[in-house]
Amino acid sequence: MSAPWEPVIGLEVHCELSTATKLFCGCRNAFGEEPNTDVCPVCLGLPGSLPVLNIRAVEYAMRIGLALNCEVRPSLFHRKNYFYPDMPKDYQISQYDAPINVGGWLELPDGSRVRVERAHMEEDTGKTSHIGGGGRIHDADHALVDYNRAGVPLVEIVSAPDIRSSAQARLYASELRGILVATGASDGRMEEGSMRVDANVSLRPAGTFELGTRCEIKNLNSLRSLGRAIDYEVERQAGLLEAGEKVVQQTRHWNEDEGVTVALRSKEEAFDYRYFPEPDLVPVVPDPAWQAEVAASIGPMPAQRRAKLAGLFGSTEPTPARTDQIATVVEHGLDGLVAAAVVAGVEPGLALARTSNEAAADPVGARRLDPGVYVALLRMEQSGKLSATQAKTVLTEMLENGGDPAEIARRRGFEALEADSLATVVADVVAAHPDEWERYRAGDDKLVGFFTGQVMRATSNRANGKAVAAELSRLRA
Amino acid sequence: MTGAAPGPMARPALDLARGVREGSVSAAEVVERYLGAIGEVDGELHAFVTVLHESARREAAEVDNKVAAGEDPGPLAGVPVAVKDNMCTRGVATTCSSRILDGWCPPYDATVVQRLRAAGAIVIGKTNLDEFAMGSSTENSAFGPTRNPHDPGRVPGGSSGGSAAAVAAGLAPLALGSDTGGSIRQPAALCGVVGMKPTYGTVSRYGLVAFASSLDQIGPLSTTVGESAVVFDVIGGQDPLDSTCLERPVPRSASALDDGVQGLRVGLVTELVDGVDAAVGARVREAAEALAGAGANVEECTIPELRHGLPAYYLLAPAEASSNLSRYDGVRYGLRVDADTAEAMNAATRAAGFGPEVKRRIMLGTYALSAGYYEAYYGQAQKVRTLIIDALATAYQRFDVLLGATTPTTAFALGSKVDDPWAMYLSDVCTVPSNLAGHPAVSIPYGADDSGLPVGVQVLAPALGEPVMFQVAAVVERSAPRLAPPRVRAGTAAS
Amino acid sequence: MADDGGLTRDDAAYVARLARIDLTDEELDLYAGQLATVLRHAAQVAALDTEGVEPTAHPLPLRNVTRPDEPRPCLDRAEVLAQAPAVEDGRFRVPPILGEAL
Ligand SMILES: [Mg+2]
Ligand SMILES: [Zn+2]
Repeated sequence: MSAPWEPVIGLEVHCELSTATKLFCGCRNAFGEEPNTDVCPVCLGLPGSLPVLNIRAVEYAMRIGLALNCEVRPSLFHRKNYFYPDMPKDYQISQYDAPINVGGWLELPDGSRVRVERAHMEEDTGKTSHIGGGGRIHDADHALVDYNRAGVPLVEIVSAPDIRSSAQARLYASELRGILVATGASDGRMEEGSMRVDANVSLRPAGTFELGTRCEIKNLNSLRSLGRAIDYEVERQAGLLEAGEKVVQQTRHWNEDEGVTVALRSKEEAFDYRYFPEPDLVPVVPDPAWQAEVAASIGPMPAQRRAKLAGLFGSTEPTPARTDQIATVVEHGLDGLVAAAVVAGVEPGLALARTSNEAAADPVGARRLDPGVYVALLRMEQSGKLSATQAKTVLTEMLENGGDPAEIARRRGFEALEADSLATVVADVVAAHPDEWERYRAGDDKLVGFFTGQVMRATSNRANGKAVAAELSRLRA
Repeated sequence: MTGAAPGPMARPALDLARGVREGSVSAAEVVERYLGAIGEVDGELHAFVTVLHESARREAAEVDNKVAAGEDPGPLAGVPVAVKDNMCTRGVATTCSSRILDGWCPPYDATVVQRLRAAGAIVIGKTNLDEFAMGSSTENSAFGPTRNPHDPGRVPGGSSGGSAAAVAAGLAPLALGSDTGGSIRQPAALCGVVGMKPTYGTVSRYGLVAFASSLDQIGPLSTTVGESAVVFDVIGGQDPLDSTCLERPVPRSASALDDGVQGLRVGLVTELVDGVDAAVGARVREAAEALAGAGANVEECTIPELRHGLPAYYLLAPAEASSNLSRYDGVRYGLRVDADTAEAMNAATRAAGFGPEVKRRIMLGTYALSAGYYEAYYGQAQKVRTLIIDALATAYQRFDVLLGATTPTTAFALGSKVDDPWAMYLSDVCTVPSNLAGHPAVSIPYGADDSGLPVGVQVLAPALGEPVMFQVAAVVERSAPRLAPPRVRAGTAAS
Repeated sequence: MADDGGLTRDDAAYVARLARIDLTDEELDLYAGQLATVLRHAAQVAALDTEGVEPTAHPLPLRNVTRPDEPRPCLDRAEVLAQAPAVEDGRFRVPPILGEAL
């Protein structure tokens, strides 16, 4: 129904930086500790305490800015004043009109570009739990506050309203996450809240340019809820507009269970933040030398790495399936394994398949793999020493406990059958199933699976599937 | 009298430290003497919010042990220091003379407190102040006013009135105060003691409960210039816990004290003499003549921009304060007045916990920062701040130091200005320029008015100009007319 | 703002809500009047020609003051919570929160 309406979407992404300590104090920047154990006078906002800026947080912010093609600029911290129990000073130290990164862009895998307006530093708040009333804020009996997260360094990345669909929004978020991980500045875990996405959504008549009234959607804890929330909000606003009603600018909360967005109550004075320069901190002015040093510390970004992998298959456009496999491999940082295998003569398709399926299923174990050993395994499969099934079994064990593939194969009795003994087994199986054989001869190729299964049972999985198929068609010819 | 010998007045702090270091007197005896003095007259003055009998005795014993063991007990060995109660002391209530911090004990010491103890000094008590250092009379204290030792019917000035009264009455040889718009110098002048505001960034603010962060500085109060110089050298220097602390080492000020003023250029600032009470202006001009007599080249000069200092200050300081005081919300420490919602609890707690002047400044500062008024008020005041800095820079091309009154009047009667905020704010007119510029300034007692109330003369210097400032102040001090001892004074405290 | 450049009770009430302080109507009227007085003096500042003058947020020329990313000891939780008006499960307890975090 929202056909005549064009969605205009901008995303605000808050990501926690992977520093050892908080933004302005030496407390640990950790997740899941006992409540109020990572706190000190500074992050509790005790009277008399003062902030001192964490230099690594600044450098991580610069990495993100450089990776997003931003201009890194002299910057200032401001105070954003508003009262909330999980904010120890009742103001947030954030960057306002002089952010460290401005004017960048992000190119998505589909070739589209989304401009990045700014990526600035700020401190995180504590965590509030609403107790009673089934955890629903409005029915809660009281609230409990844990300040472990208060003062954790954040970078807020604000996109221009360049996004036009929920699919593109998801693509932007996942590509951004890949970039954050690649810079080493953040682990980008949406589930743990170390990457939090807010979406600004408005509609305008397709083909026009003036922006409509927008709503900001919060509490999007996964790419899935990001997509669902935007779709819902687009429908909701289209419904209003088509009914001749107005969209009211407001902040809305995504309710994952009911699949709806709900308006948050906000007071008249809620947006009068009284920003002013933070007098307890001095300006951050990254000179060219410092920027160069930081730039040099950043590895290649996902897009470059995907292109490099695709290059292994020559100049031809990779198939959609292959493109997905490449994306998976890069997302989990396993492109090194594939490259090593191909250089060692492993067929690229095989290397990519094993890495994107089995290895990516256990990325932690996969990053522990010694490329040499991994290559050895793929070689065994390629040469037919191991069947695909056997190779996968061996690989799964290697991912769990490491070890040498040949040794594991031997322990499991995985040495493949010699060609002639395979022929004998196939002949026996064919003799044992005359009806199926007739249908196969008549051209019912589905039966290849049946015969292969029989042969596998007879050889306790030691046969090579490809070899069995070859022998069957030889007999039929 | 250039390079003359030190003046005739007693220098209790340094004399005591020498005695303790030489073993002629024990830190324990000194502490008992001052605890006795406090017990004797503080009931009438109310300079102290908390007297630290036990910890002071413990610290004295440690100093005496060091002396006995032949270790260096430090330059302030055994010297009791009264600390304004807006500086954090671990495990000891730090009230800012406010109800809202009811029962709060900091889990840490302010950097200046650590440095005092490292120098052998003993924190003998926490002194009364205008709530959160907002005021010029110490009448805005939740615990009742402090009285002026020279006339208990009059105010000691503020906001460091407790510290100034304690030193004047001999209840402590030294004290620390904080100065945001004159809160060290103005009470020092009204109580007849020396009070010094250092260059912004030379003394760590870590552990000083913030009033206006870009203006606050901690500084010493003492009976003599030399003692303030020593304390400044002790508490000054970079602190990794304060981002606004200067990296460069604090110049050693105490060394320059006896160099005299031969050939120094002194500017007598019209805006800091005209318009003040006749007696005050007369004392300032006498001090100028004395400096000329000592070999300085004294010239009168005018810096019209200083006239904008007070209104600019009363936009900037409350704005920063309104933000600094948001954290007193009843959630984490101090007072809570319960209510049905967190928001209502915050509002009720702040209504009950803050006094009228603090509420007034929070309202003013919140308004100055609120949507639509930022540029007209806060933004414009920041530009005026620049104008004042530039005007002073120009003046310092012609002069080494500037001279003026510290306050427009001598001590006024308790209650005489509480209903007229602007009249009260005018007490800061001569002192705020140094805070806006971040420059050092010191007030030196210089005789009295017709009713025998102390007058203070102010020496101002450019950023990091403490050595020359103390150098000139020492000469002013030596030429100062003697001041009758305060009416309320510990007979036992003279040393 | 009222036409006379002073502050109305409503202006004062809005500011009090921003500052989150309960004030009685008497207090609102008192502060509205006193703020107006200060603002009249401030008008002198507002009237100055500051064309091309840079604002001074800070008296210091310092830049890039930072600390290394090294952990320092945290406070003891018992000591921290002992200062709190209300505590539950090692956390700070507050009445139900009406508004939302922004
Ligand atoms: Mg933000
Ligand atoms: Zn901390």
